[in-house]
Formats: sequence, structure tokens, C-alpha cells
Amino acid sequence: MAEIRLQHLAHSYSASPSGPQDYAIRQMDHIWEQGGAYALLGPSGCGKSTLLNLISGLLSPSEGQVLFDGQVVNELTPERRNIAQVFQFPVVYDTMTVFDNLAFPLRNQGMAEPAVRARVEEIAEVLDLQRVLTKKARNLSADEKQKVSMGRGLVRDDVSAILFDEPLTVIDPHLKWKLRRKLKQIHEQFNITMVYVTHDQLEASTFADKIAVMYGGQIVQFGTPRELFERPSHTFVGYFIGSPGMNLIDVQPQAGGVAFGDVLLPLRPALQARVAQGGWQRLQLGIRPEFVRVWDEPFEGAWSARLVHLEDLGTYKILTLELGGVTLKVRQPEDRPLPGERVCISFPEQWLMLYADDYLLEVGP
Amino acid sequence: MTDKVQNNKAWWLVLPVFLLVAFSAIVPMMTVVNYSVQDIFDASSRYFVGADWYRQVLQDPRLHDSLLRQFIYSACVLAIEIPLGIAIALTMPTKGRWSSICLIVMAIPLLIPWNVVGTIWQIFGRADIGLLGWALNAMGIAYNYAGNTVDAWVTVLVMDVWHWTSLVALLCYSGLRAIPDVYYQAARIDRASSWAVFRHIQLPKMKSVLLIAVMLRFMDSFMIYTEPFVLTGGGPGNATTFLSQTLTQMAIGQFDLGPAAAFSLVYFLIILLVSWLFYTAMTHADKR
Repeated sequence: MAEIRLQHLAHSYSASPSGPQDYAIRQMDHIWEQGGAYALLGPSGCGKSTLLNLISGLLSPSEGQVLFDGQVVNELTPERRNIAQVFQFPVVYDTMTVFDNLAFPLRNQGMAEPAVRARVEEIAEVLDLQRVLTKKARNLSADEKQKVSMGRGLVRDDVSAILFDEPLTVIDPHLKWKLRRKLKQIHEQFNITMVYVTHDQLEASTFADKIAVMYGGQIVQFGTPRELFERPSHTFVGYFIGSPGMNLIDVQPQAGGVAFGDVLLPLRPALQARVAQGGWQRLQLGIRPEFVRVWDEPFEGAWSARLVHLEDLGTYKILTLELGGVTLKVRQPEDRPLPGERVCISFPEQWLMLYADDYLLEVGP
Repeated sequence: MTDKVQNNKAWWLVLPVFLLVAFSAIVPMMTVVNYSVQDIFDASSRYFVGADWYRQVLQDPRLHDSLLRQFIYSACVLAIEIPLGIAIALTMPTKGRWSSICLIVMAIPLLIPWNVVGTIWQIFGRADIGLLGWALNAMGIAYNYAGNTVDAWVTVLVMDVWHWTSLVALLCYSGLRAIPDVYYQAARIDRASSWAVFRHIQLPKMKSVLLIAVMLRFMDSFMIYTEPFVLTGGGPGNATTFLSQTLTQMAIGQFDLGPAAAFSLVYFLIILLVSWLFYTAMTHADKR
């Protein structure tokens, strides 16, 4: 059990990287605290697996350090780091039985056989594998194999951390939910640091207390699911989290606020002052589809938008609106009456985010 | 139910294959069967003898001896070439220029014709002009493959190992390359020793190519003819006279076509049977 600290960590698969584009992991500093349940969320190819392999020691970083409890472990092999990792696709030792598979990491560290037996049976029960313990691993179904794979990760209780690399990809949806609950229980029971890589935001938010969102080799935001939803600090987080993602509108600064098309939105004075400083290429306004307010009748301060498309998803509706030459998504509860051709909307100030070159413009309270 | 015309036209499509197989396998084999049950002098004078030839060859002590020799030889070949081939495959570099160089060097012996291999070793082992024979004798080891049974056996075996271990190594190498990296990663995470990695990952994943290697090496070594024939001519005495050479002597040397035909079929059945045994033994474990 350990706190994992990443210090100026960067990694490139090329021997002589010539620029940032050659880095799979761009320089980052990050701390995974002891006993936390974390998710590492991001699209395919953003460097999630690379980061995980750097932590476990399967890769050694080209720059910076990995520290476990303050000790630099860069030079230590995965064996010495005492870490468990579960991979995306099931890895089982074909010729061994399920029991021997689960016992393998324990026997390798020289644990006495009675202790091995007790521990394997405990984990088999947690993962619901007791019935197949005597079966050869190669004859299992894909999801049973993955459970065995996970079991080998969970069976050692002295590990520094357990890393999961999209472990539920091959598991069917019903079982997925169950296994996620199991992992959560195991986490609460054993208080081991767990880092869970996924590209599924639902999976991330049900498993983790805090989520690190990765994009282009960097952690662009680290926070609770709620923080990610309410205050995305990067446009990618806004776009990636939520369904549908955040509305991002290119705007121009103007006297008294920002404008797109013929729409001028006033800003708080502090933000206004910040915008006036300038110095960026691109300014974007972000608002979640959930936070756009829809009014039954027009009033001053509301904008009249044209309804382009309406999707009824059963539990909620998604309206596609056109305002000032820009397309907006708005999410509405199912029980709201159907709007007509024109829809009156307003943008609550507290939910308006302003992004300069993709990063949130923050001003003090 | 169906509007399809029911007829036997599809047989025409099978016919070319049938003819090909008939001329390449069935006709020659039936000729042998024909000889094995008759005593044939010429086209007009032949007599049916039933199982007489079979009875005769099965009781022939010369054949018993060479059959025993043959089994010992094939067992030695497998016992040396399979582990050695695996070991070479495990130590071969996996990427870069050296892996290509290794692959090419390994492939060279496989491209040399059998009689050339025999000739190479025949000269190589000679005490007067061969580097190996001369060097061994210079070191005080009395080495003479033409006169000493042990020396002859060792030379024939070393020659086969030199010629064919590459095949096993290349097959194993391809099997090893097919193992996804994640297995090795998982093994490192599980703190597996390198023996455990070999025993539980590499060996099981190599099984199908190993099966091919074992079968090929068994069949080829069991039918070996040219190399020992060129090297020792079967000697000293009959020490390196293997089955196929005995058979050739019987058929062409003595012109005993009947017994030779009977024995060819027995020979064929032995190879078929042993190959089947290997195959069953090696695939059986999968069915549990």
C-alpha cells in the first residue's frame, strides 16, 4: 500500500523525440493517494495504458520520476515494485487450473500452502469462481477468464496498488455492473490504492472517488465526477463527460461581454476584465445541455432559438436548436411539454464557462 | 421445399482431384500391394502367394535388427533436436538486424540436398583431409567413423542434428513470436520465474508448432536413407544400416520384389501408427 507520486514524468516511445508530438505522456505531476479509488478516463490513444505501464514498471519513463511513498522506483522492475495489474484482455495460464492460476502470484512469493488455499478460496468466493476452481483455465468462457485475470490481481493483499487497464471490455453488460460493485467492495474492505483505466465515463464515475481525465498525453483535469461535470477545466472534459457533451461556441470579446452571431452575452465584471487582457488564439463559451434554461414564454433577457431537431430518448429529450448561426444541444426532462417552432432559452450565468485556448478562464471569487 | 435440381453433376468437379490422387498415390500403392501378395516373374507368369511374403519379412532377423536400430535412431534424433531447437529459438534475437541474420543462417542447412550433406560430413570427418577428423585425432581422440561403430553413430546423429535442428528452431521461433506481449507482462506482474514463464506460457503456446516439429522430424528420421548411405554406406558392418537401406538392398540389390513390397507396406503402417500415437498423445490433453 502506497502513495504514488509522478514527478515531471514524461514518456516517448521514440529514442530521440523532436517535439511534443513525439510524447505519449507529456510532462506531468500527479499524486495518487494511498487507499484512493481512482479512474483514469480518456479516449483511445490518449496515453492511459502508457501511464499505467509506467506506474507498474513495465515501461520505464524517458523523463521524470515515479515515487512510491517517497521512494524513487524508476529502476525497479514490476516484480520489485510489488504491484498488481489487470489487463484489457484476459491473460490466463492455459495449462493450469483456475485454482493454480489464482495461487500462482502467491506461490511465486513463497507463501505457505495453507495460507495460499485460504486466500484463493476467499477471492474465488468474491468473484464467484468457486464452481470452476478445478477446471483448466483454457476451457473457461471469456468473462470467466477475465475474472481469473482479475483474481490474480486481487489475490495478493500486500501490493502497493492495483492497476486495472479497461478490465471489463470483454465482460457482458449485466456482469460488468456486478463486477464493478465487487471491485468497489474489495476496495472498501482492503483499503488498497486502485487505479482504473477506462474510456467509459459511467464506469469511471461508479468506480472512482476521483477521476483523472487524460487527453493528448496529459491529465487535463483531476476531480470528483461532480466537479468534472459542473466545472470542466478543459474543453475536452466538457465534451467527453456528459451525454450529450458540453455546448462549445466560438465567441468574440465585445464591450460588456462576449458575442456570437447577433447574440451578446454579458459577463461578470471580474471575468470581463480577464477577457479584456486577451492573449489567446481562440475563445470558447461552454454550457452543459442540462443547464440551458427553456422558458414557456418569451421575456426580456431570453433568446428565441429555432428548433431544428428533437430526439426523445424515453427518460429525457434532446433538443437541437439554432441560435445566432450556432447549433446548441439542450437536454430537457421528459415531462416538459413539447416546445413549438421557436424556443425561448437563457443561459444561467453560474453555468457559463469561458475557455481560452481550451483551458477554463478562472477568476477569483 | 427447394427448387434446386437434384443430380450428380458435382462429381465431375471432384474428378480432377480423384485422377490426380489416383496417379500420385493410389495406383503406385496398389502396385506395391499387388507385388506383396504375388510372386511375379514377368507379366505372364505370376502366382498368388497370400500372406507368405508378409510372414517371411516379419520373421527376418535382419529386418528386426534394422527396425530396432531405426527406432533408437529416431528416438535419439527427437531427444536431441526438439530440446535443442527450443533452446535455440528461445535465445534467438527477436528484432533488429541480428534476428534476420540468425534466420538466414539457420535456414542454410535446410537448403542443402541430402547427398551433399552426406558428402560434406564424409569429407569433414576424414582423418587425413577433414578438419573435424584431423582435429580430433590430433587431440589424441582416436576417431574413425568408417571403422568404429560408436564413431559412426555419433557422426550420423551429429550430421542429422546439424541438418535439421534449424527446422525445429524455426518452427518454435514462429510459435514464440505469436505469443502476445501481455502474457509476459502479466507474468512479470505475477513475479513468475523465467522457468515458470517457459513452463506455463511459452511451452503451452508452442504446442501446436511443436507437434508439427515432432511429426516431421519423426517421419523424416524414420525414413532416412541418403545421408548415412553416403557417409558410411551402412557400416561398419550393419551398424548404421537403417530400414530404408535394408529395404532398398532387398528390392534393388537382391531383386526380392515380393518381400520388399510386403515390407514397404509394413514400414508405411509403422510410420502411420507412430505418427498417429504422437498426434493423439499431444492433442489429448486439450480435451479435458
